[in-house]
Amino acid sequence: MNLQRAFEFLAGLLFGLGLMLAGMTDPSKVLAFLDLAGAWDPSLALVMGGGIAVGLGAFTVAKGRSKTLLGTALFLPQATVIDRRLLGGSALFGVGWGLAGFCPGPALVSLGLGDAKVWVFVAAMVAGMLVFEWLESRAHRALSQGV
Amino acid sequence: MTIDWTHFTPWASLGGGLVLGIASALFILVSGRVLGISSILGDMLRGARADLGWRLAFFAGLLVSPLVYSWVAPLPTVRIDAGWVTLVVAGLLVGVGTRYGAGCTSGHGVCGLSRLSARSLAATLTFMATGFATVFIVRHVLA
Repeated sequence: MNLQRAFEFLAGLLFGLGLMLAGMTDPSKVLAFLDLAGAWDPSLALVMGGGIAVGLGAFTVAKGRSKTLLGTALFLPQATVIDRRLLGGSALFGVGWGLAGFCPGPALVSLGLGDAKVWVFVAAMVAGMLVFEWLESRAHRALSQGV
Repeated sequence: MTIDWTHFTPWASLGGGLVLGIASALFILVSGRVLGISSILGDMLRGARADLGWRLAFFAGLLVSPLVYSWVAPLPTVRIDAGWVTLVVAGLLVGVGTRYGAGCTSGHGVCGLSRLSARSLAATLTFMATGFATVFIVRHVLA
């Protein structure tokens, strides 16, 4: 295993540990954050705040570099467009998040936390991603055929 | 607005958030990529085989994290109130939505806002807004 793979493993491990420590892997806590009109648990605002506090420094450094610390290619997103696709997709994601209390990362980590219901959510999420691929390839075909 | 002080976990959540930030920092500075769960998973499903290695390394770390956590502390509880049908609908929406929206809470919410991306801010405000609205409707309108 090369050094970069080891660090990628470590980043995944840390990310999972952070999600559990933060309380993000408990859907009832996530929903308590999203329930502004009920007994509101503001904890998750601090999760995002903590993440961004570190991230701001890291991405400021990253923007000034063309290579990683290991000398490999560094990819920063180039898209800046704010369109219906971005907003519509995000809106659907928020509805799903509000229904179950799971977003993708915590759902994957929770696979190891022993509730069979998590597998149902993750299977449906993967199915949703495959539906997107299917719709995309159909749209591309239609476009190339001039339909 | 009533704050639920008994369940408020400021230090654990801030600490967990800092760890998420460190993981994201490591990822962009060493792997050279944005740590966004839905894109890392979704692009893999698309069949991006050439760069399968880093995705698998990342997911291996993510998936063993409960085991490592259990060595130092009791595993956190997972309380899922949603029924089976709701879980399936929610999963489908999260899967399709994060792909059209090109990101989720990690890629847009943590990394995107850290990059000061207006696009990620628009995405984050949108999924937060529909998340708040959905819980309001489920708990205070339909219930």
